[in-house]
Amino acid sequence: MYLPKHFTKVLVISLVLLCICMLASLALGSRLVVWDELIAGLFHPEIESYGASVVRERIPRTVFSLFCGAALGISGALMQSVTRNPIADPSILGVNTGAALFVVCGIAFLNISTASHYIWLAIVGAMLTAIFVYGIGSMGRAGATPLKLVLAGAATSAALSSLVSAIMLSRSYVMDQFRFWQVGSVGSANWNAILTFLPFLVIGIVLAIMSASALNALALGDDVATGQGVRTGILRIVAAFAGVILCGAATALAGPIAFVGLLATHVIRLILGPDLRFVIPMSAISGAIILTISDVSGRLIGSPGELEAGVVTAFIGAPLLIVLAIKMKVRSL
Amino acid sequence: MNNTNLVSVIKDGRRQRRRRWMIVNALLVVLACILSFAMLMLGSTIYPVQDVMRSLMGESLNGVSFAVNTIRLPRLVAGLFAGLAFGIAGNTFQTMLRNPLANPDILGITAGSSVAALFCILILHTSNMAVSIASVIAGLITAVLIFVFSKGKSFSVGRLILVGIGIQAMLSAMISYLLMVGAQEDIPTALRWLSGSLNGAQMPALLPMIITVLLCAPIVIVLGKHLSILELGEQSATSLGLNTSLTRLLLILSSVFMVAIATSATGPIAFVAFLSGPIAKRLVGVGYSNVIPAGLVGVNLVLAADLIGQFAFEVRYPVGIITGLLGAPYLLYLLIRMNRKGSL
Repeated sequence: MYLPKHFTKVLVISLVLLCICMLASLALGSRLVVWDELIAGLFHPEIESYGASVVRERIPRTVFSLFCGAALGISGALMQSVTRNPIADPSILGVNTGAALFVVCGIAFLNISTASHYIWLAIVGAMLTAIFVYGIGSMGRAGATPLKLVLAGAATSAALSSLVSAIMLSRSYVMDQFRFWQVGSVGSANWNAILTFLPFLVIGIVLAIMSASALNALALGDDVATGQGVRTGILRIVAAFAGVILCGAATALAGPIAFVGLLATHVIRLILGPDLRFVIPMSAISGAIILTISDVSGRLIGSPGELEAGVVTAFIGAPLLIVLAIKMKVRSL
Repeated sequence: MNNTNLVSVIKDGRRQRRRRWMIVNALLVVLACILSFAMLMLGSTIYPVQDVMRSLMGESLNGVSFAVNTIRLPRLVAGLFAGLAFGIAGNTFQTMLRNPLANPDILGITAGSSVAALFCILILHTSNMAVSIASVIAGLITAVLIFVFSKGKSFSVGRLILVGIGIQAMLSAMISYLLMVGAQEDIPTALRWLSGSLNGAQMPALLPMIITVLLCAPIVIVLGKHLSILELGEQSATSLGLNTSLTRLLLILSSVFMVAIATSATGPIAFVAFLSGPIAKRLVGVGYSNVIPAGLVGVNLVLAADLIGQFAFEVRYPVGIITGLLGAPYLLYLLIRMNRKGSL
């Protein structure tokens, strides 16, 4: 099988980075953990010490941020190839706001407060918004150009967020839950949330990997893909469905975390080239690395409290969006 | 058709457009007056017109004077000036960049001001004056950053919008963070402010906005004639003898000042800056300066939305929620239309 240049090197390096991230996420924070405590916390459940229990507390958080990052990374890669658009990311397409609106409605009207119920609402919201935004963005002759998609996403976000604030303003209990959710953080993770998340992650990843090589054909254009025997309509639906499930589930549990999908895929594409059979799995790894690093550095920067991962990723990701916008040939009007 | 005939046809058309412009403006002023009186009269107790007039003249009437002069009048003044500022500034951006989507809301300038103002409200607990100054500075910095980043090899509005959205993403992350670290008791105030509200307006706090609007709006109105030349495009404007860069700079500066100061006073009232220009254009048609009508439309929008927000529902909604709910569908409609025409 053909392997992109440097593939093994990149794979090894990113796996090493992933391990370092995991260790850092377990060891760093407002209380530093030394090596012995780390080992005790991980492998010797019978040892009771303060440091060890700190490590045990950090395990679900670490696992969750890895899963979430992977989901967002793959979701970004899928959305970019389905829309054939380099700046597609769940947050830019307004999908996060759609999820947010449904979650707020759930809290306000249905008295929902558990993650397993959030998740369905968020996925439905994300899906409807994605369809809507893509529908608006792809109208007209030139199809879904980056500018049109981004504008459709921004406009939809603006529309939905005024609905969100209309619902929230008269209900202070919703506001109290919502403001902690909306900043985007992996800090509140527990094993229950991870178990709820897992099936969505698995389904999303399986669908993504299955559609990878067909998406490669799609990248050459609809005509070429059809000529190669790809049923483009079904492929688009399946891939977009996987992307939405992944980001919707991640958003439901962690809140809207922006730009991970954008960052993860662009770094990988820059190094490995456009072959999605490699880009998709590697985006999962790099997404996990990016989100975990963001979480850890947020903990360190914001110490003794913490700066939420969603804030950190926005600050790394938005400049990338700006750079892409500057480089891109945008039709002026 | 001979020459004199042609001239008279042109003159006739011009006269007609002028008449339409005058009529539209007059109607907008009348509507604004009606809305203003409604704002002074309506409330938990409804006062008749003569009582309102008398207390405005300085007579002290039991109960009426306090309600009208201390509570409802500042609210009205805040709405008037904020509407004027958002309407004029939004129209300037849209005309100059020749794209209705290029307005302070979408470009993130209001978000820049919001971050600074929220920081002052939630973290520093500063005075109103400091909030105004900080948000003006932040708005200017945001505007400068957006223009610098989108300059590139050749200026393009599309790139400007993309860069604006990128910067806005960062700013809204900051807003979320500020909302989270803020003390619980400050949050409702902050959120109410964030959605744009005329509640709790007080005369002394409104002074910076009033002064700024009184200074900046005339500049834009005077330069408004050039604005319609700028709309023809950079090259045509230069060849018509316009000092484009100076005009642009003055227009942008005064617009950003107005947006930022109005944001600091009332919060970012959603979509007024975006809606006013296109609505005014529809009303007056092409050919005449759109600045004054846009400002008047802005005033009417804010006042009407505030009245709806106060009295139409069981819960009192701040004005920005109403303008947001009205404006968002229009934004989507505009996008759909631009996409259909392929002008994007």
